Amino acid sequence: MQLTLWTYEGPPHVGAMRIATSMRDVHYVLHAPQGDTYADLLFTMIERQDRRPPVTYTTFQARDLGGSTADLVKTAVAEAYERFKPKALLVGESCTAELIQDQSGSLACGMNLPIPVIPLELPSYSKKENWGAAETFYHVVRALLADQVPPPGTPRPARAEGRRPHANLLGPTVLGFRCRDDVQEIRRLLDLLGIDVNVIAPLGASPDDIRRLPEADFNIDLYPEVSRTTASWLQRNFGMPATRVIPMGVGATRDFIAEVAQLAGIDASAVLAAEQPGVAGFSSSLSRMPWYARSVDSTYLTGKRVFIFGDATHAIAAARIAKEEMGFTVVGLGTYSREFARDVRDAAKLYDVEALISDDYLEVEQAIGAAAPELVLGTQMERHIAKRLGVACAVISIPIHVQDVPARYSPVYGFEGANVIFDTWVHPLVMGLEEHLLQMFRDDFEFHDDAAASHLPAVARDARPAAAPDAVAAAEPVVTAVATPEPVSAAAGEPTWSEDGERELKKIPFFVRGKAKRNTEAFAREHGLATITVETLYDAKAHYGR
Amino acid sequence: MSNLHDIPVVLSQRSGSDLPVLRERGQREVFCGLTGIVWLHRKLQDAFFLVVGSRTCAHLVQSAAGVMIFAEPRFGTAILTDRDLAGIADANDELDRVCISLLERRPEIKALFLVGSCPSEVIKLDLARAAERLNERLLPRVRVLSYSGSGIETTFTQGEDNALKAFVPIMPQTDARQLLVVGCLPDVVEDQFRRQFEQLGIGPVNFFPGRRAEDVPSIGPNTQLLLAQPFNGETVRALTARGATVLAAPYPFGVEGTTAWLRAAARAWQTPDTQFDAVTAPLIKRARAALERYRPQLAGKRLFMLPDSQLEIPLARFLNREMGMALVEVGTPYLDRQMVSEELALLPPDVVLSEGQHLERQLDRVRAARPDLTVCGLGLANPLEAEGLATKWSIELVFSPIHGYDQAADLAELFVRPLARRERLAV
Repeated sequence: MQLTLWTYEGPPHVGAMRIATSMRDVHYVLHAPQGDTYADLLFTMIERQDRRPPVTYTTFQARDLGGSTADLVKTAVAEAYERFKPKALLVGESCTAELIQDQSGSLACGMNLPIPVIPLELPSYSKKENWGAAETFYHVVRALLADQVPPPGTPRPARAEGRRPHANLLGPTVLGFRCRDDVQEIRRLLDLLGIDVNVIAPLGASPDDIRRLPEADFNIDLYPEVSRTTASWLQRNFGMPATRVIPMGVGATRDFIAEVAQLAGIDASAVLAAEQPGVAGFSSSLSRMPWYARSVDSTYLTGKRVFIFGDATHAIAAARIAKEEMGFTVVGLGTYSREFARDVRDAAKLYDVEALISDDYLEVEQAIGAAAPELVLGTQMERHIAKRLGVACAVISIPIHVQDVPARYSPVYGFEGANVIFDTWVHPLVMGLEEHLLQMFRDDFEFHDDAAASHLPAVARDARPAAAPDAVAAAEPVVTAVATPEPVSAAAGEPTWSEDGERELKKIPFFVRGKAKRNTEAFAREHGLATITVETLYDAKAHYGR
Repeated sequence: MSNLHDIPVVLSQRSGSDLPVLRERGQREVFCGLTGIVWLHRKLQDAFFLVVGSRTCAHLVQSAAGVMIFAEPRFGTAILTDRDLAGIADANDELDRVCISLLERRPEIKALFLVGSCPSEVIKLDLARAAERLNERLLPRVRVLSYSGSGIETTFTQGEDNALKAFVPIMPQTDARQLLVVGCLPDVVEDQFRRQFEQLGIGPVNFFPGRRAEDVPSIGPNTQLLLAQPFNGETVRALTARGATVLAAPYPFGVEGTTAWLRAAARAWQTPDTQFDAVTAPLIKRARAALERYRPQLAGKRLFMLPDSQLEIPLARFLNREMGMALVEVGTPYLDRQMVSEELALLPPDVVLSEGQHLERQLDRVRAARPDLTVCGLGLANPLEAEGLATKWSIELVFSPIHGYDQAADLAELFVRPLARRERLAV
């Protein structure tokens, strides 16, 4: 039994729903009690889908148990087939139905429907949503391609002379992160390279499209959490190679182009030449991001402490961007995707941090608090953590909320994706010029501590400690204290703040004050100082540097 | 549409009313009783709700809570894993462990609800016994209660009914006369009613549930119950079994419902009519004036209510009689005649009532009727909007203060808003 307050992933049958809802002409009969239909609202409200997920629930009740629940499955399958006329039918169970063991899949297969019936067995008590999506996608592909698998050892037929290389885009789903736009961006990029897209799946694919998957020359494994299993199966059974690089960020997109060019047997040097790092020109480059990052106004981004948490794919990619393309310092990297824990651990080594592999929201919150980041890149969960801690945040991964499904074109993959990322990550930060002004006018009556950055109204006012001096006091010249010192912290054995030290501390802008306070206290402890004076504060500042 | 005539219609004659009821069975697009936690934990400020269930349960409560994400909420899920199911871990020991560690971290919690779910019921995990066992260790610091919010037994608002019913055995006995208002009400509404009862000379008045689970009201033969929510039937039956009597009244929605509801208590307390009129007249006048603003926008509009919160029948009565809406179909997850007899008597004789749900057939009827406004759950709202049908999310009716005189116009406005929005938009 595991105590869970918030969960990053739903149960595996929600992953199956994501696959069914992404596809066309597919229907999913889910053996489930009343209440499980809640999952529909994820699609219609978060993703703003204009149609219901193609899911029929059996809605069994307590009084059906031990008797007619199996009949409910058959009725639901028959009615769903009659009404929706799908070209393939998925049949599975939610957690409760799994316990009553009606074998819905076999029941449905025994009904001799004139379409492929694909039974899904997704263990609800050990697996989660992304695994369920991956497993469902794999079962759909395997079932629909079963009769096309060539004998082992059959060489792949060479591409016809003069035909452009073809690739499948695997893994995009509804309720994924920016899949809708990533797919367009990657398609545009491939077109630029002279590569055609054969099938995009599961997003928008019909069972007929799935049957055409082997016609491509290779697969692009865009979202490994969903498509790695399928890509591996296609590689083993159809000899189709698959990409490994996730094209998120300028550098990764360049690597992706090189990998794709190699798989397609084409020359991509012209495209890559236009996207050299350090190239400042707008005219030759698809990506504005490198120049924006080098523009002097971005100087303030240097070394910003960033904590990254999400699904493995986006977290790993985000860490590389943060370090190499934004000039941030990665102070935390983690994922809730245990299936990809090893990849994240390897990535974390690059940034000298310990990978956080956890789906425990409280543990993540604690880690973020301890790392004292200036920016959190995470899921909607980390957005709430960051809000509570008063730290800037941008969302980079599912689970998402409705505001993370923007109306505008906003991919995160490819060169345009890098542009979008630059904007998205910079906006929540106090802007460089504003930070400069806050420093200059920190004691001004209009710019004092309580006058928050104009674009951060709620966060700055609510989340900060209420220790700020009032405007008049702050505007008064600092006089050396003669009154009894009032310690900030009076815990036993802890250094205490002298009044002048505390007053000086308050002059430090709020967004770095917490860090300054912690550093100074640590410094005082290390040096056995009982009282923190103005001098201690500056000694600590010199000791730690920025 | 074409198969409308295929619908198995069960027409039953009910005593006290000859309204036909269409009973259906099939897919239900309704939350389960776990969802009640979302408002119950806001009301009971010292309580923690621990669902004993699956990841699905956790995901459901979290999704229903929507944006109400708090850093450390007062609800959570003890997720059953393979180890619990395979008997490798003793589920009872595991549950005790989870509860104790939870309470160690949250010393402010005074009441812990163990909430049963579909999986916990199917594996027959006895939460009532678990609560007894934990009470032996934890009382008086924390009281542990248990109830079922499972989808195989409860629908949406029945979760509140079961939660409240769990209190009944521990309610102290009293012979003192009192009015007990039954059903979760927002604090602001509770305070309004308290003032009104005081002005009417009615008292002592207690609200059940109160704001703290610690403060359990007493019950006895001189307790008269005034029902604030139509879905607490089991609780009401348990309270009457302890001697309480029910004051028959419609529910306090709209001016008419609120007046009749207050009057039922006033009669029982023998408040003189002149006093009743003097107290209510200004409130009625103010509420009517506020409603008048919205009436023209709702009058004559055709309303279809899908089954969801059990509030459908009282709300249909309000919208029909006070706002002039025409009722196409009023669905309810289940029809508890005892709880809505006063309401049914106020519905127009030609109303179509439906009980239970066969979602696809009901949506066929919605599409055939093309009502001006459809009240439905969140899973259906956008798809129906995409078909050109205006919708009102029913969940908002459960989360918003809608009872009493001063919320009557807010209630009407909830139905006006989707229509008004469509009129504004030119895109």
